[in-house]
Amino acid sequence: MWAEILVIVIKVVVVSSVLLTLVPIMVWVERRGAAMIQDRLGPNRVGPFGLLQPIVDAVKLITKEDLTPSGVKGVDRLLYLLAPSIALVVAISVFIAVPFGFDPGLKLFGHAIDGFIVAPNLNLGILYIFAIASLGVYSVVLAGWASNNKYSLMGGIRASAQMVSYELAMTISVVGVLMVSGSFGLQDVVLHQSGTWFGFIPRWNVFPQIIGAITFIVAAFAETNRLPFDLVEAEAELVVGYHTEYSSMRFAAFFMSEYVNMVTASSLIVILFFGGWTLPGFATPAGWLGALVSIGIFAVKVAFFLWFFVWVRWTLPRFRFDQLMALGWKTMIPLAVLNFLLVGAGMALRNL
Amino acid sequence: MTNYIPIVIFTLVAVSFPIITLLIAKVIRAGSPDPVKAEPYECGVAAETTAFDTRFSIRYYLIAVLFVVFDVETIFLFPWAVMFDRLALFGFIEMMVFLAILLAGYVYAWRRGALEWA
Amino acid sequence: MTVSSTQSLTERHPLADAFPGDGVETIGNDADGHTVLAVDRSHLLEILRQLRDDDRFRCDFLSDICGVDYPDRQQRFDVVYHLANLDSGERYRVKVAVDEDDAVLPSAYGVWKAADWFEREVWDMFGVRFEGHPNLKRILTHEAFHGHPLRKDYDPGQRWLLTEKDIMTPEWAREEQLDDQHMESQVLNLGPSHPATHGTLRTVLRLEGENIVKAESEIGYLHRCFEKMSETHGWQQVIPYTDRLNYCSSMINGVGYALAVENMLGIEAPPRAQVVRVILSELSRIMDHAVCLGANLVDLGALTNFWYFFQIREEIYGLLESCAGGRLTVSYARIGGLAHDVPADFEEQVRRLLDYIPPFVADVDKLITRNRIFRDRTEGIGVLSPEEAVAWGWTGPCLRACGVPYDVRKAHPYMGYEQYEFDVPVATTGDTYARYLVRMEEIRQSLRIIRQAIDNLPGGPVITDDHHVALPPKEKVYTEMESLIWHFKLIFEGIKVPPGDAYHFTEGANGELGYYIVSDGSGTPYRIKVRPPCFALYQAYPHILEGLLVPDAIAILGSLNIIAGELDR
Repeated sequence: MWAEILVIVIKVVVVSSVLLTLVPIMVWVERRGAAMIQDRLGPNRVGPFGLLQPIVDAVKLITKEDLTPSGVKGVDRLLYLLAPSIALVVAISVFIAVPFGFDPGLKLFGHAIDGFIVAPNLNLGILYIFAIASLGVYSVVLAGWASNNKYSLMGGIRASAQMVSYELAMTISVVGVLMVSGSFGLQDVVLHQSGTWFGFIPRWNVFPQIIGAITFIVAAFAETNRLPFDLVEAEAELVVGYHTEYSSMRFAAFFMSEYVNMVTASSLIVILFFGGWTLPGFATPAGWLGALVSIGIFAVKVAFFLWFFVWVRWTLPRFRFDQLMALGWKTMIPLAVLNFLLVGAGMALRNL
Repeated sequence: MTNYIPIVIFTLVAVSFPIITLLIAKVIRAGSPDPVKAEPYECGVAAETTAFDTRFSIRYYLIAVLFVVFDVETIFLFPWAVMFDRLALFGFIEMMVFLAILLAGYVYAWRRGALEWA
Repeated sequence: MTVSSTQSLTERHPLADAFPGDGVETIGNDADGHTVLAVDRSHLLEILRQLRDDDRFRCDFLSDICGVDYPDRQQRFDVVYHLANLDSGERYRVKVAVDEDDAVLPSAYGVWKAADWFEREVWDMFGVRFEGHPNLKRILTHEAFHGHPLRKDYDPGQRWLLTEKDIMTPEWAREEQLDDQHMESQVLNLGPSHPATHGTLRTVLRLEGENIVKAESEIGYLHRCFEKMSETHGWQQVIPYTDRLNYCSSMINGVGYALAVENMLGIEAPPRAQVVRVILSELSRIMDHAVCLGANLVDLGALTNFWYFFQIREEIYGLLESCAGGRLTVSYARIGGLAHDVPADFEEQVRRLLDYIPPFVADVDKLITRNRIFRDRTEGIGVLSPEEAVAWGWTGPCLRACGVPYDVRKAHPYMGYEQYEFDVPVATTGDTYARYLVRMEEIRQSLRIIRQAIDNLPGGPVITDDHHVALPPKEKVYTEMESLIWHFKLIFEGIKVPPGDAYHFTEGANGELGYYIVSDGSGTPYRIKVRPPCFALYQAYPHILEGLLVPDAIAILGSLNIIAGELDR
């Protein structure tokens, strides 16, 4: 019993600290990546290659004055103070059900590790992720509502509409993956994708379900409020949207949650459509070495999609809100439905 | 029950992180409150109206309602999808009927202009 | 000094027959061939209408309205209307005199919409009222300002507090709309301090949901009394102030001003100065377009393109710095030529820029021109028909995007533009996307002009040897008596521009940049009125917005390229 809890605690500590360490790294990657794309230098003064820049930023944010707009009183004030914390808690909690490596049956303190996932026996994996992730919209709506600022309010309600619309498309585009793997557990989803077809095409879901993969990736962009879907905080229109009035660490909480969400979204893209930690034609070695190699493979894939997030952000312009809603409701949902209909038809025909 | 222990621990960590950082920030951050500084930002102009008494488009409400309807429906797809292989062709046809009803509602909403903006 | 530059009297002028009544007091041509009419106030509106509708004139375009104050005259104020027929290129100047006690004129808003803000400015600056104007209130100064600052007897030393309570708020923004018809109504301030209003502009919006139902713009946040200050400075000393008009292309302003004064003096800059002016003006135009497009794209969320364009701008600044010493405000043009010669490696540097700029433009072209999201955001947004655009007094890339091929460089070539081969890009749709396309193409055409100019860069001096205008060289001042006298006279008395008035216009980066100059023969200008192109562009903006969404307002604002320095002067 105590060994089991110890294993869990170690996992929790490792995962949450890696997750939170990724935030400053991603901030650095984003800024240096943007600079690279935009033909300039980017932050390069603090530490080698400016690597310590995010830490300096954090120190700055912590020491900034924390403002509450006038007129925000009582319950509004409570919501105003609560919103950034909700954003961060939700962003971190989602990661529990994400498996990030292959476990060949390893033991720690005489107790089975039970897979590289914080909550291995959560047989509702994907449902849990969607359920928790959809709570994220509360932080945005509450922040927008409680700020007593018209721009924040518009950003907040835009966010709620955008996030629920794309959540629908996101949910439906996963149905096809669930059909082929027959399980809610993301570990099963990954295991199902090991091996190859015809000896050279990886059995990744992206190949048979390309439509589903595209809709999922697009919806993931919308859910994380990144360009071209950053209407929520559309700088030029709504100043910075729902967090216009936030400063200091509360602003930082929103900022960090965006990056944690990016990591989660990239992980989900990799797990659902790009084979998770599997690599075709590569037999994972046994023991701890195998586990580390599989985690490494997963990390590389996630890193690619994290870079993809950055890359897209600095390439595309932004939608207008009505166009975004039209895309979500009129294009994404039909496409996502089409995806699982095709998968279903294919599987039904094979079983005939 | 032990399945949910990790969630509890993880959530505790997740909750404690913002609390701790906010507390640290509270201790060390600067503070010089000023009524002008605390005014809600409206492009540097003293606002005639505040956000608390403004109204926004009813469309947002409509989107929320549509979401609730369709999201609940799509959740029904999940158990079906997982069991798809075992339900075989019967399950497929069964679900097609369900989907047809769902799509009828979707097409109706579209035709009625519920998905149009502006 | 009503129409002192008029050559012929009423009876002899060929157009005199067109006005059988007694409304036109005098008619004549000035040295530039502009027809000058002095009109009686009671017939003003009827003559303006005739000028617009009569086939002999067809003045579809009102470029400027300005006031001039003559405190010693019995009818103290002149209000001057600058009109043009864009097809034939004919220019007209209508002057009407009013008394101080009864400074009222009929509003020309019903004839040309462009009169809207120009009349407000005359009211603000001179206190001449326009009857029938839909919204006659102060425009460049604060709502609670006292007096009319461009009157000659205005005391600039006066001080009073202008508080936030008195800021302009349109009537319709004050009234509460809480009935059933306006369930989603709210008032929103866009600017002055907003990320998308580059510079300080303010637009008050009334929204129904996210739709804009009413809008009104307030300007003047950057008003620096350019015109008032010019009246107390020597002719050459005005040049640094012109740099601060359109600070994105300061060279063009300085050259435009120098040309206007040279025109009145009847001198010309030497050929080398002319070609250098063309090269630097066209580079400034590229810079201005780059800033406009870059900023517009940032507002649409495409930050990367902004950096590509700013890299171009940075390199051009490098060249300007090596020529003039300054980067943003170059003060390089002088009346009669240039401040000093270009550096020895000028040609080399320009050729390097000619190779350096196109890849950046091509990159943006690849990223944006066919981008679906960008086109969805801009196509069909902020459309203005050619007729409306002309009626609003639009010029420059924005007018050409509406389908009117009017470019001062082609229509009234100056500075040798007739020698260069270049096209005037014209789009037809008049939307934000068309404005983007026109500006992109104009960058390429400007490069074409620069290429031809640098191939034919003549040698010789860069400033005229007319020592009524330009200082003699220093060594001659020390060695020759005559030069010493010239130097002394110029320093102490300044340039003596012959009395009279003239309107001279050039193609600024945003459109027709006009200088209306009145000289009384002394060493300082009597009155300088700038016709800033974006003043006319921006007055149409609130009207375009009605019925669109807030994000569209941002997209359109960026594409109009409103430069607050030029707008507010």
